Amino acid sequence: MNNFSNDVWVYIEQRDGKAADVSYELLSKGRKLADSMGGTLKSVVLGHNVEHLAAETFKFGVDEAILVDNENLYQYRTMPYSRIFSSLVNEHHPRIVLFGATITGRDLAPRIASNTKSGLTADCTDLQISDVTYLKKEYKDLLLQIRPAFGGNIIATIITPDNPTQMATVREGVMEKHLSESPRQVKISRVEYVPDPVDELIQIIEQHREENKVDIKSAPIIVSGGYGVGSKENFRMLHELAKLLGGEIAGSRAAVDAGFINHERQVGQTGVTVRPKLYIAVGISGAIQHRAGMQESQKIIAINTDPDAPIFGISHYGIVGDAAEVIPRFIEAFKNKLK
Amino acid sequence: MYNSIVLVKQVPDTANISGKVMKDDGTVNRALLPAVFNPEDLIALELALQVKEKYGGKVTAITMGPPRASDTLRECLFMGADEVYLITDRKFAGADTLATSYVLSAAIQKIGNFDLIFAGRQAIDGDTAQVGPQTAEKLNIPQVTYVEEIVELNEKRAKIRRKIENGYEVLDCALPILLTVLKDSAEARPFSTKKLLAYKNAKSLMDIEKMVEGNSLLYADKLVQEFKDRGLFIPTITADDLDIDTERCGLKGSPTKVHKVESVILAGGSHIKIEPTKDGLGSLIDQLMEDHIFG
Repeated sequence: MNNFSNDVWVYIEQRDGKAADVSYELLSKGRKLADSMGGTLKSVVLGHNVEHLAAETFKFGVDEAILVDNENLYQYRTMPYSRIFSSLVNEHHPRIVLFGATITGRDLAPRIASNTKSGLTADCTDLQISDVTYLKKEYKDLLLQIRPAFGGNIIATIITPDNPTQMATVREGVMEKHLSESPRQVKISRVEYVPDPVDELIQIIEQHREENKVDIKSAPIIVSGGYGVGSKENFRMLHELAKLLGGEIAGSRAAVDAGFINHERQVGQTGVTVRPKLYIAVGISGAIQHRAGMQESQKIIAINTDPDAPIFGISHYGIVGDAAEVIPRFIEAFKNKLK
Repeated sequence: MYNSIVLVKQVPDTANISGKVMKDDGTVNRALLPAVFNPEDLIALELALQVKEKYGGKVTAITMGPPRASDTLRECLFMGADEVYLITDRKFAGADTLATSYVLSAAIQKIGNFDLIFAGRQAIDGDTAQVGPQTAEKLNIPQVTYVEEIVELNEKRAKIRRKIENGYEVLDCALPILLTVLKDSAEARPFSTKKLLAYKNAKSLMDIEKMVEGNSLLYADKLVQEFKDRGLFIPTITADDLDIDTERCGLKGSPTKVHKVESVILAGGSHIKIEPTKDGLGSLIDQLMEDHIFG
């Protein structure tokens, strides 16, 4: 037996007092991980005027929130955030720390892992707690960090057997977010911000954001087209179908590269990860990079001219045929049902 | 004047993996994959060369890897790097990002005299994006990741534009600093023909030892001196050259370990085939309605 703690920490990524979805997704996962090793779940909130956020995390099953609130932390900056988080880890030695694999998470987590000499696995698609035998040694309750590697051609399970702290980043949309059925009483531990000259080595002089109007992640139905759709003209049919079904339109990387659709609607490893109730893949062959972004969908319909296309391997329903013929027929059939 | 160190990596070309390179046990046969210059590192080198052209200074490219990684360093010379170093040792093998950044930071400290460190945002074999920030942390210097543009360098400060979620930010940074750059921030220049001719025979100690192997007429020591005299010697940095704890290097020094590797095999054939006819599609829609998929 080791003397490691059983704490699971989740970094709450926030902007203007609003948390990123991925943070709540990680809390839901973190709750399960903590339960399976009889541990506690803690949220770590850094920012300014964010006490309400710390309280909010209790809806997702947190046992305790660690809050560092100071005007110098109003916006995310690498130096103060990593310095403060590292010192918290060095003081408390949590067993697991989870970050969203966002631009911020991927900037912050490696710096903390380096400072605290912790293992860190990037872009995990699954996390589990399990007993492991590694090099003839028995380990209890290790974190299995499962991620695609080698351009998505293999799935690797990474472990951090001997270190007190196991860290991982997880992509947005991969884990399911759900409210806790039995939320704990709010318990916020405030940690004082002590300034340090290194915090000021980098200053933000300008920031520009375009609010993302498109949100295919929360669409219940997604009609997604690939290179096989053939043209921007043909893509119009997919728009029509998506509208009819009350869904959103999306595309594969090949469709984005071909200019059929915008990047913000790209599903897959270099785009968005989605898990809708229904995913209709039209003219998408189903490269691993694409599948990684949609294979958790509840129902998948594949429409492709090639009966051997890999997409059929993960589909619930397969239609072999040309999109230009199948889609209008689908639209017609659906309209008939509505009559 | 601004001196730059560029971190480059030779990687297997994962963008072009076919079934042929997958072994029966599902692992990748690296030997069958062509080795390439990590695409974002190429851009890192390009930005460093642009800084040199605009402000003066020196560009040093370094790589950690097996002896054959000298290929990548030769390519750095073809593009215009002033100096290159091959960081290689069996003790460094099997390193995860933490152990890699430990060695890299020690090598950088040994080389010294830098204002900027450039690296690609991530390498295409692991896609972790961790080595840059971890190296910066070990060097105790700040970092800027996801760099889109070096707006300006002035009085040992840098104005840098980086990507953030749904936008960008411009940062004012004290130097020295480590930057990890995005692919779209520049276009890598082609090899200079002049430099290619000049450096195509540049060799590291290991390259030379390989030449000598099985040729009793050649002596490694003599050749090394000859290559040095001609300015064609690629210096190596090994564990012995660095002030490091070898327990923190390579597989031994890596907190993360690969427990299991599986190839991605599709289930296949488990789906229900739907005929692309009016009736076929109609029954599919009925089925989905029964499952409450719509509305």
